[in-house]
Amino acid sequence: MIEQLGDSWNYIIVIILMMTGLFIVIARTNLIKKLIGLSIFQTSVFIFYISLGKVAGGTAPILDGNPGTLYSNPLPHVLILTAIVVGVATTALGLALILRINEAFGSIEEDEIIAAKLNQSLARPKRPLDKHSD
Amino acid sequence: MGSVILTNLPALLVVVPLLLAPISALFTFASLGWAIAVVGTGASLIFALLLQSLTETGVRISYHLGNWEPPWGIEFVVDSASSLTLVVMSGLGFLATLAARQLVTNEIAEKDIGKFYAAWLLVSGGLFGLVMTADAFNLFVFLEISALASVILIGMGAGTDRRALVAGYHYLVIGAVGATFYVIGVGFIYAMTGSLNMADIASRIPDASGSAAIYVGFGFMVAGILVKAAIFPVHIWLPAAYSYAPSAVSTLLASIATKAALYVLARILFTVFSGMPDVVTIALSNVIVPLAIGGVFVGTIMAIYEADIKKLFAHSSVAQIGYIALGLGLGTPASVSAAFIHIGNHALIKGGIFMAIGGFVAALGARASLDSLIGIGRRLPLTATAFLICGLSLAGLPLTAGFISKLYLVRAILETESYVILSLVLISSALSVVYLWKIMEVMWMQPVPARSPKLVENPAIYLPIWIVALGNIWFGIDASWLVSASRMAAQMLFGVSLGGGT
Repeated sequence: MIEQLGDSWNYIIVIILMMTGLFIVIARTNLIKKLIGLSIFQTSVFIFYISLGKVAGGTAPILDGNPGTLYSNPLPHVLILTAIVVGVATTALGLALILRINEAFGSIEEDEIIAAKLNQSLARPKRPLDKHSD
Repeated sequence: MGSVILTNLPALLVVVPLLLAPISALFTFASLGWAIAVVGTGASLIFALLLQSLTETGVRISYHLGNWEPPWGIEFVVDSASSLTLVVMSGLGFLATLAARQLVTNEIAEKDIGKFYAAWLLVSGGLFGLVMTADAFNLFVFLEISALASVILIGMGAGTDRRALVAGYHYLVIGAVGATFYVIGVGFIYAMTGSLNMADIASRIPDASGSAAIYVGFGFMVAGILVKAAIFPVHIWLPAAYSYAPSAVSTLLASIATKAALYVLARILFTVFSGMPDVVTIALSNVIVPLAIGGVFVGTIMAIYEADIKKLFAHSSVAQIGYIALGLGLGTPASVSAAFIHIGNHALIKGGIFMAIGGFVAALGARASLDSLIGIGRRLPLTATAFLICGLSLAGLPLTAGFISKLYLVRAILETESYVILSLVLISSALSVVYLWKIMEVMWMQPVPARSPKLVENPAIYLPIWIVALGNIWFGIDASWLVSASRMAAQMLFGVSLGGGT
């Protein structure tokens, strides 16, 4: 089975991870789990790019002066370095928002938050105005 | 000195706001943060106007960041299409900053205001970069800079309404999924063409077209941008985000954020994928046009049933974005230039409306629901009259900017002889009068409630609103500048698509 997939088995893993992540984002109501799903989804794209950069038989792209050497493509790795930074920033900001949501609503379950919104939609957050966003 | 600035204008437009942002974050004095934001957005307006004057004759400025030649290095391209978008965005961004000073005082704690303007400048700089960049991956980076900063701005609405946090979280997650879709698409395109430079991709696609990977990449890229542009049915983050954000933020986002994404959509459809016109045509007529019309109706009908004023106009934004997307989707030069006209006019209309709502909120000290606005026309006559002008412009009354938009859109639809679309647009326009009438009736026809306190109008709030309102009238009477600039913009998009002449 594995041999039949040949060179493409890492793309199969990418698809599995991507669908897992996207499913968690859509189906989970827990805000932190949603964020974990988002991270898995983004990670699958990182693996996709890194797989693209591999040239069959290529070595690490460090010039050795030999014109016959076959190198892998380093560009996708560099792109993904940027995308990882973006992903970390997204996760950090998401977690910070979840902290504040937990303080304001007393829950990180989406359905409980919706219920709380309906009950007292204009209630102010528990923390006073001058203390937020630290 | 002058020539250094002129040759580096595209870089300065992004670098100045991005560098001023951390400076603003360091200070806790509200007025200093605001002054830095005014300098940043004012400078970008000047840069954008200079770029517009350099490119209005059809010149295409290509700026190589770090002197790396494209297609290897990152390239910024400014032509008549992007410079028009930049002028609209920086102009409205500047006016929104002027109005922001008084609007934020009630909604954001004094010590956070420096950080607020830092995020504000990051949004502006990120969106300018988004419009200029000619590198498909760099576009993703700017997309995320502006998206993360807008999430911060939206979340800052928590000072008055905790639902802002949830709205910000949803925008973060939905926006990140959209941006990741875009990156997947870029990956496929890079795998097939070996390039990230948009012009280079466009020239290589004819060799690779017919390969399913290109079509998959195209689909992922367009789907990702649709999320960012808030086109139905992936607009669901927009109403909550606009309505729970601080008033100043609603103004900024409504007038510039989705406009940048719509411009990017136009460029992807007509420039990057110009090498496979049949697939793009199928996507336009079978996906973009039906979604645009769906958005027009869903947005309008939701607005009719909404009682919260900010949310009402957020739904109306979904409908107006639908009109712009319809112009792009019809895919003729006339309809695309109508889309550009509406990008400019809708920024003016919604900028004015959200500023005026901010003015009501600041004066009333409460969320603006229909009930709280009873008789506001007599209590805050200056703000309410400017609001009325922008509202009439939204409805498309002659002598206002909105009329020009509708006129050119209807003309473009007539040219394509799609009478079903024409009748749907006219019906939806008539429906938009329903929700506008609902508000105007409450504001102007109903008596002022007894024992309501006297309200004072603040010139720092109503002056920027009036500038925008007069802009609505100005562009309704003499639209020649906007119309000819939009025509050039559409020609530029299609000209490049025909194989690169200027």
